Amino acid sequence: MTTLDSSKEIQNNNSEVTETHHDFRMFGLITFLIADGMTFAGFFAAYLTYKAVNPLPDGAIYELELPIPTLNTILLLVSSATFHKAGKALLKDKNSESQKWLFFTAFLGIIFLICQLFEYFHLPFGLTDNLFASTFYALTGFHGLHVTLGTLMILIIAWQSRVKGGRLTSQNMFPLEAVELYWHFVDGIWVILFIILYLL
Amino acid sequence: MTISIDPQKTKNESLQPKGWLRYFSFSLDHKVIGIQYLVCGFLFYLIGGTLASAIRIELASPMSDFMPRDVYNQVLTLHGTIMIFLWIVPVVNGAFGNYLIPFYVGARDMAFPRLNAVAFWLIPPSGLMLVASYFVDGAAQAGWTAYPPLSITTPQSGQIIWILSVLLLGGSSIFGGINFIATIIKLRRPGLKLMQLPMYCWAMLGTSLLVVLSTPVLAGTLILLSFDIIANTGFFNPVLGGNVVVYQHLFWFYSHPAVYIMVLPAFGLVSEILPVHARKPLFGYTTMVFSIMGIVVLGLVVWAHHMFTSGTPPWMRLFFTIATAFIAVPTGIKFFNWVATLWGGKISINSAMLFSCGFIINFVFGGITGVALAQVPFDIHVHDTYFVVAHFHYIVYGGTVFIIFSSIYHWFPKVTGKMFNEKLGILHFIITFIGFNLCFAPQHWLGLNGMPRRVAEYDPQFQFVNQISSLGALLMAISTIPFLINVFLSVRNGKDAGDNPWNALTPEWLTSSPPPVENWEGEAPLVEEPYGYGKEISELK
Repeated sequence: MTTLDSSKEIQNNNSEVTETHHDFRMFGLITFLIADGMTFAGFFAAYLTYKAVNPLPDGAIYELELPIPTLNTILLLVSSATFHKAGKALLKDKNSESQKWLFFTAFLGIIFLICQLFEYFHLPFGLTDNLFASTFYALTGFHGLHVTLGTLMILIIAWQSRVKGGRLTSQNMFPLEAVELYWHFVDGIWVILFIILYLL
Repeated sequence: MTISIDPQKTKNESLQPKGWLRYFSFSLDHKVIGIQYLVCGFLFYLIGGTLASAIRIELASPMSDFMPRDVYNQVLTLHGTIMIFLWIVPVVNGAFGNYLIPFYVGARDMAFPRLNAVAFWLIPPSGLMLVASYFVDGAAQAGWTAYPPLSITTPQSGQIIWILSVLLLGGSSIFGGINFIATIIKLRRPGLKLMQLPMYCWAMLGTSLLVVLSTPVLAGTLILLSFDIIANTGFFNPVLGGNVVVYQHLFWFYSHPAVYIMVLPAFGLVSEILPVHARKPLFGYTTMVFSIMGIVVLGLVVWAHHMFTSGTPPWMRLFFTIATAFIAVPTGIKFFNWVATLWGGKISINSAMLFSCGFIINFVFGGITGVALAQVPFDIHVHDTYFVVAHFHYIVYGGTVFIIFSSIYHWFPKVTGKMFNEKLGILHFIITFIGFNLCFAPQHWLGLNGMPRRVAEYDPQFQFVNQISSLGALLMAISTIPFLINVFLSVRNGKDAGDNPWNALTPEWLTSSPPPVENWEGEAPLVEEPYGYGKEISELK
């Protein structure tokens, strides 16, 4: 008996195994997101310390424009909802509907990134102008990197949820659930970032 | 029950290369990965040890005559970085963790075998990159702490390669940590309760929590530092309005827990080794578990005791002194538990036991100087002197490296199926123990008398004591020879060890030596009392 055969047997006959397997993949992802969140926590701590103890030179105190970031917040919050819709649809085996929702979510992510870039190009300061400017770009840039990766992953699972030959089905929900959790995490980080950076 | 089988992994297992080639492959077997970690880490230990010898040769005379001053700075930076990130952390976590944890939880592999292999294979390239940076434009010179503004003003290429390399190693460490947490929490064999796990599992759970919570902060900090170096931002550059103390806070938020990342697994390993060779149950299992978790919690809130001379405000000094002093309580509990485990036991004097006892002795010294260093008035006096070097090496070499050797002797029969030469092992211990104490004990005196660390030159009055210390370093270098001879001879010609030469009760000894792929022929055994010595001793005879 080779290992190859026995593993097939296990895979087919023991749904409990796949169930447990799924479970700890999600657990691992949550652990990873905690670690990722700690990176942001470090950045936030640095930013808040700078704000408290490092006075900026005159002319370096900016009133940030609020409309674009507010729009971005709404975009991300809506995209979380549409992603949830996609998961609900897939659970009911409506693959094409799920795919539409996923593409819409990715579209919102792309709009977010375009708005972010638009804001970058219209800000009165550059990366090296002063401490606030550097921290601003580091924080939003690191978050933007997360949104970019998330959007790419959404596009990948949208492609995988195609009706013919797609790997993503109601029996194999893990890729969608994992990306969804990641996306909610990125949204949550944005909300914190928005409050700390723009509102405080 | 087949609960622990990862179907995808099993499918790939038969495609793995066999024999020694598998150690150079992207193997998914946790035992192969454990050995990969150990051997790779040991090679870097030899490199780091060579650098340490170079430092001690330089310091044998008060003038900077063995190598130029900037090369000395590069050597001490590489020595620290290699020993911490490429030897101690990967070996004491990655090597023993990967080898033992699946056995201890009754699983056939780690929770994420592929992630596990990725975590290992990040290490050799980043290590080679770090070593190679010396030949590019000079390696980093700012010490393993890379404090700005020094790290911003020294040559850039070496510092950037250092940052990249540490980021990759940090990533590897985080992946490993995620894997250990998932394995210990989620992959336990049905029926095995958390409080029945061998102590090393608890130590690794605590360590992995620290890794997952603190390493990302270091990653973020180093990214900001690289911005300062490449893009000319001013996060940590006072000239551009930045703040160097923020770097120190963020850095030590990782690097103080890093000390526990290096030493907690050693606590776990010694708790496995002592009961076996003293034939007694581990004393105070529950208190051990709670002290580990206490160290984890306290370890996250003591980082600023490294920064008492960085203009820290008084309230912060007070808080961090008290918090640090509190760590002595759980650590002391563990120490007394080990002594109580030995007390009245039927002790075998063998290599593993000797190295473990050496650990206990050295660790007490390191612990006492640690509590002393936490006190602000004392710390300000000896800050950045050789006293700190002595303290640190008593913890990390006298503590962790002694346990690494102890563990190698303890698990050698399991991993290879061969017995090692006990006489050579004892010789190895004697030379290491004498050499280590000869090297580092005098450095306490040097530090108290004001010899600064990280400087190639010193006041001629310190020459004699420095030469004693260098003599100790020479002995430490020599001590590697009997070890290597022992390993090579025993792997080739050692006599068969049998499955359980120590009559141990923990699960890894209940399978054949070396263990088969997937660890057990049949079902994983349920070990409810991993330290039940004394009760079963009649059965074992």
